[in-house]
Amino acid sequence: MSERDRQLGPYPEDEHPEMLRRFGPHLAYRQELPPEEAMEAERLVDTHCCFCGQQCGIQLRVRGERVVGFEPRYDFPFNAGKLCPKGIKRYLQNGHPDRLLHAYRRDRSAPSGFRELPYQEAIARVAQEIERIQREHGPDAFAVLSGASLTTEKTYLLGKFARMCLRTANIDYNGRLCMVSAAAGNKKAFGVDRAANPWSDILAAEVVWIAGANVAECAPITTDYVWQARENGGRVIVVDPRLTPIARTCDLFLPIKPGRDVALFNGILHIMIEKDWLDHDFIARHTSGFEQAAANVVEWTPRRTAEVTGIAERAIRQAAEWWGTARTSFLTHARGIEHHSHGVQNVLGAINIVLASGRIGRPGCGYATITGQGNGQGGREHGQKCDQLPGGRDIENEKHRAEVAAIWGIQPGELPRAGVDIYEIFRLVDKGAVRGLLSLCVNPVVSLPDNNFIRRMLDKLEFFACIDFFLSETARFAHIVLPGSLHEEDEGTVTQIEGRVLKINKAVACPGEAREDWRIIQDIAGALGRARGFTFASPREIFDELRAASRGTAYDYSGITYEKIDAQKGVFWPCPSHDPDGNPTDHPGTERLFEPGSWNPIARGSGPFYFPDGKARFHPARYSPPAEEVDGEYPIILTTGRVVSQFLSGNQTRRIGPLVDHDPEPRVEIHPTLAGSLGISDGDWVRVRSRRGECVLRSRVVRTIRPDTVFVPYHWGGRKSANQLTVSAQDPISKIPEYKVCAVRVERAAGPPVELGAREGKG
Amino acid sequence: MASVPSEYEFFIDPGRCIGCQACVQACSECDSHKGQSMIQLDVIDRALSTQTAPVVCMHCESPTCADVCPADAIKRTPDGVVQTARKARCIACNNCVLACPFGVPKMNTRVSLMMKCDLCYDRTSVGRRPMCASVCPSGALHYGRRDEIERLRPASQPVSEFQFGRQTIRTKVNMMVPARAPRAIDVLSGLAGTVVSHELTDSVFAGDLEKNLFVATPGGSDPADRNGG
Repeated sequence: MSERDRQLGPYPEDEHPEMLRRFGPHLAYRQELPPEEAMEAERLVDTHCCFCGQQCGIQLRVRGERVVGFEPRYDFPFNAGKLCPKGIKRYLQNGHPDRLLHAYRRDRSAPSGFRELPYQEAIARVAQEIERIQREHGPDAFAVLSGASLTTEKTYLLGKFARMCLRTANIDYNGRLCMVSAAAGNKKAFGVDRAANPWSDILAAEVVWIAGANVAECAPITTDYVWQARENGGRVIVVDPRLTPIARTCDLFLPIKPGRDVALFNGILHIMIEKDWLDHDFIARHTSGFEQAAANVVEWTPRRTAEVTGIAERAIRQAAEWWGTARTSFLTHARGIEHHSHGVQNVLGAINIVLASGRIGRPGCGYATITGQGNGQGGREHGQKCDQLPGGRDIENEKHRAEVAAIWGIQPGELPRAGVDIYEIFRLVDKGAVRGLLSLCVNPVVSLPDNNFIRRMLDKLEFFACIDFFLSETARFAHIVLPGSLHEEDEGTVTQIEGRVLKINKAVACPGEAREDWRIIQDIAGALGRARGFTFASPREIFDELRAASRGTAYDYSGITYEKIDAQKGVFWPCPSHDPDGNPTDHPGTERLFEPGSWNPIARGSGPFYFPDGKARFHPARYSPPAEEVDGEYPIILTTGRVVSQFLSGNQTRRIGPLVDHDPEPRVEIHPTLAGSLGISDGDWVRVRSRRGECVLRSRVVRTIRPDTVFVPYHWGGRKSANQLTVSAQDPISKIPEYKVCAVRVERAAGPPVELGAREGKG
Repeated sequence: MASVPSEYEFFIDPGRCIGCQACVQACSECDSHKGQSMIQLDVIDRALSTQTAPVVCMHCESPTCADVCPADAIKRTPDGVVQTARKARCIACNNCVLACPFGVPKMNTRVSLMMKCDLCYDRTSVGRRPMCASVCPSGALHYGRRDEIERLRPASQPVSEFQFGRQTIRTKVNMMVPARAPRAIDVLSGLAGTVVSHELTDSVFAGDLEKNLFVATPGGSDPADRNGG
């Protein structure tokens, strides 16, 4: 290990090259399946994709206890058979040679760095270490990290496990890296956090405004909705620093400088006010705070907006005119405006132009964030966030604490207070306040910003237990690895992009000693001698407790059953079991929020929004520049994002051959003007360096990106990881990291990094 | 014998293609050509644009591939589907590969057999939809009735006549073009024009508004005309 690597933190696979040979990532191809398995499937299982927030319906072809293929699921209304390449090839994760079939303990004397041990011994060891660390350093010294690809049942159980069994305040999840700016902005403006509209409302929109969303690659099925709106006569406005596939054929492209979104929204509101393109009646009857928001945008003249955003003034005026004069519209945004140290302000700025237009809560009039993770919506509702209890409750609200304590059969005083966010948990490791960690469904070594710090912190932990189905880059640091379940090996619910609660069906049993994640959690609780509250026999039983726990809250699932989901092909929450007078009711679910005259448990009839007065809130959306501006030393903006063939940290998709073949490695997208000035040609190896780290990757010289910005996708680990470069600055409200802007310098490299290939080749 | 119902047609709308390769990946899931895709996804010029286009067999009325086959290995079934070469007859001479004006047939040298898109005959001949058009997330590939596509794409029209020099080719598969475009596509004249405009993408990031607005390609303001760079 070099001195530099020691400073940056170790790579366990360097010390144990056998680790990669044993645990991969290896590439699975269909041709490698035994021939008999390619024969006609014995059964088809209706379920959903295991990847993004759209949660497309899919049928899995199953033979015995193995998933052998897929079939389009035409009858599911959201996607009607459509799928992106990830969904089509996801079946290759099943029966994968890298699949963890046993529990493992880290053993430096073992060639692969790990040795198998019996599952029950592994559970006992985890319980011993939790008990020891909490006894010596207090309950908060043991933290839990979780994820938003889990079913809502599992996220509920994990929140309960952390608070009631471990009594630690420190649980947080990878939705912190994804949807939290949108969630915080929505709660501040609407009092509730969910897509306001079903996607079918996009079809009737005269203007579709897409801000910071690479729709074609990150939510491919949504492309069809957007383009169908245009076929119906609508116009599409795309705001992005890159000319993405959806931007290629849009009607107006606003090539914004990364980190300046709030300036654009403020500039649009400024013009709407100037031209009186406002819905005065809606603003007066259904909102508050307009005057303060209006005062805040006085300075955002078209000229200043153009100067700050880098967008031509006339383009800004054109966008404002189309938006201001439309009769119907749909505004949607994603991580492009949310992954900022002022991500919540960006979201509030977007919501301001929606509220000023009055176009929400009606057919063809909508607003939504494009949820990133599979259960990004459900996973942020029921208690795995550090400050939240089930039903979207606030852990610092005494009434909420009492309600949840009653459901769990404990005293409110036994509930911990708010913990800290996922990044802060690692800062607490640095300070010695957190000594132990249990993680499930999260790969922070790849996914957190400035991740050299994360590797050092994982290495520093006294004890780290990781539940996973493959040995992720993060799991390589674990002292104990517990074999969890793949998506197709368990059942439960997820809530997709539109707020539709769906049923994930089990297709096959867990192989080997692997078992369903919720059973593992309960086994740990049992081994700690604290099984009370953790004796569920099925996901359905967990769901029933979750339904009861959500009853009467804004996030009301009480009227949703597995049977109703099957019958209706999804149920939009809120779906209460009882009407406002307390009588049982058979509620169909709520497709569209904020409809005129609609009832919700917060406003109780005084208006459609989820505040006591029923009114939505304008907020002055304050502009601030990114945490790290470019300078002479680091003169180029780096922005990060996804490619269509890979998903999140790649722990699944980097093991699927045909997807890896589509994008074998991350490439640095760079404009020819910038490339020319640096002497870089297409395909050259280039070194991208920030104040935190560097990586050497091949260039892709394209005219589809701003000349002041380079782009690197973040799905890869090790020395190819884009998050070695990114900055750990966070939004003060949502705590989302600023993945979308940091300062780098770029230079031509002599050749590939020596490590490349040895580290993660075809293995 | 099973055949493809005449009311179902295949429509390609390359302007909608997002390059995701869902069609390619789904095609390779077909049991008759396991692990191998019969679809070519063309990247037009990535340095200039994200534009891509899927190429499937057009299923010609008078297939050139069959015309030039010395072994009579390529058959067009009465429902208009041009089948992949029959293994017993194909001599792997490559004539079809060279002659097809759309560049569709591929020679599988491992088994010495020409293979091409057969419109997922195992699916479509029993009333199911082909894999690629089932999964295509953006509607660049669509399989359905003509009245359906007319309702879904009011600004476009399906065209199934192609002029290659003096050769006129009529196809079973339709290409979606702007509603006011000619009823036949003159392929050679298209080759002379610019596929992707440099100036357009350059001006976008230079803040040049006139070209920054993606509204004005010559020929009209129909949505299907507004294909930018």
